[in-house]
Amino acid sequence: MVHRDAPILEAELHAYVDGELPADRRAAVRTWLTSHADDAARVAAWQAQADLINARYAGVAQEPVPPRLDVDRLSRVDRRWSLLAVAAVVAAFVLGGVAGWFGRETWAGGMSGMRVFTTDAIDAHKLYVVEVRHPVEVAGTEQAHLVQWLSKRLGYDVRAPDLGPIGLKLIGGRLLPGASGAGAALLMYEGPSGERFTIYCARSGAPETALRYQVAGSVAAFYWVDDNKGYVVSGPADRDRLLKVAQSVYDQETAPSDKNRG
Amino acid sequence: MSAFRNSLQAAIPALRRYARALTRDAEIADDLVQDTLVRALRSEHLFHEGDVRSWLYTILTNLNRNRLRTLARRPTLAPIEEGDAAGMTGPEAGARDIERALSALVEDQRAALLLVVLEGLSYREVAEVQGVPIGTVMSRLARARAQLRAYLDGERPPLRRIK
Repeated sequence: MVHRDAPILEAELHAYVDGELPADRRAAVRTWLTSHADDAARVAAWQAQADLINARYAGVAQEPVPPRLDVDRLSRVDRRWSLLAVAAVVAAFVLGGVAGWFGRETWAGGMSGMRVFTTDAIDAHKLYVVEVRHPVEVAGTEQAHLVQWLSKRLGYDVRAPDLGPIGLKLIGGRLLPGASGAGAALLMYEGPSGERFTIYCARSGAPETALRYQVAGSVAAFYWVDDNKGYVVSGPADRDRLLKVAQSVYDQETAPSDKNRG
Repeated sequence: MSAFRNSLQAAIPALRRYARALTRDAEIADDLVQDTLVRALRSEHLFHEGDVRSWLYTILTNLNRNRLRTLARRPTLAPIEEGDAAGMTGPEAGARDIERALSALVEDQRAALLLVVLEGLSYREVAEVQGVPIGTVMSRLARARAQLRAYLDGERPPLRRIK
C-alpha cells in the first residue's frame, strides 16, 4: 500500500500542472500541496508562467493568415520549381558544350557546382523575366525593405546596385531556393525598351574568379565568384551591352565602400 | 483542395503562434511557417497516417534548430538593449518580461515548454516531435520552468552580452 504521505516527486508536480496525471494521483498531489508551501509556490509560479506565455502569444492564432502562407499558392509555386528542376536537367544536357567549356578551366571541385549555379541563375532569369504581372516578390519601389529582407533571409548583405547611369531601373527582387539549399537572391532590372536583366546572387564555395561569359540560346550571362558569393548577371545575348551591365554590378558589388548598401 | 492540404491550412494559425513564441520575431516566424509548409507539401507522399499537426511541429522545430545553428556560425547581430523596459508597467511589461525570459532559455528547453504550455501537446507527443525519450522532455520542462521562475522573480542571470 502506498503511504498517504509518500513524497511527491517534482516530475509529478509538472505532470499535475500539465494535466498528465491520472485522477487518483491528481488528488494525492492536491492534498500534498495543502501542506507543502514550497511546492505549492512552485506550482503556482509554473501556472503563472503558462498564463503569461498564453497572454503574450495565444492571440497570434487569431490573426488573419498572411496570403504568402496560403497552402494552394505555396503548392503552385512549389510545383513550378519542380518543373524547373526537370528543365534544369534538360538544360544540363543542352548546355553540354558549356560543360566542355568549363572543363577547360581546371576547376577541380568547383566545376559542377558552378555549372549548377549558373544554370539555376539562367533558368530563374528565363522563368521570371517573361512575367508581366508578378516578375518580383518585392517591388523596387520598396528597395530598402527588399534589401533588408533578402539580407536577413540569406545571412549576408545583399545590395541592389544602382544601374541608373547605364539606363536600367530596379523592378524588384525575389528569394529563390539556391542550388545548395541555402537560398539565392534574384534582382531584376529593366531597360528603356523593356529588356530585362537579372542579378542572381548566392553563397558559393567555388574559387574566386574574374568575369566569365556564358551563352544559353537567346540569353547570356556573365558570372563571377567573390568573397564566397557567386554572382550571375543574365540578360539578352548581346555581349557588349551585357558586359557593361555586369561590369557595373561587379564594380559596385566588390567595392569596399558601403555607399551602395541599401 | 485535398484533405491533406486542408489539414495543413487548418494547422497554420497554431503553427504561427508556436513559431512566434519560439523566435519572438513575426517575420522570421512566418518564414519558418512558410518553409515548414513547403517541406510538408513536398513530402506529402511520405505522410501516410498519424497526426499532421505533430508532424508539422516536428518540421518547424527542426528548421528552427537548423536556423539557430547557422546563426551560431557567424557573429550575432541582435543587440540586447538594457533598461528599455524600466518605465513599463502592467501587461506590457509582463509581455516584455516573458519574451526576454524565453530568450534566455536553451532552444530545446524553450521548444519543449512552448509545445506543452502553448500548444497543448502531451509529453508523449513532444517526445516524438523532439525525437527524445519522455524523461528528456520532462527534464527539459523542469529546467525551463526553473530558469523562467528565477528570471521572472528578479534574480535575472546576467544577459549574455553580444558584441
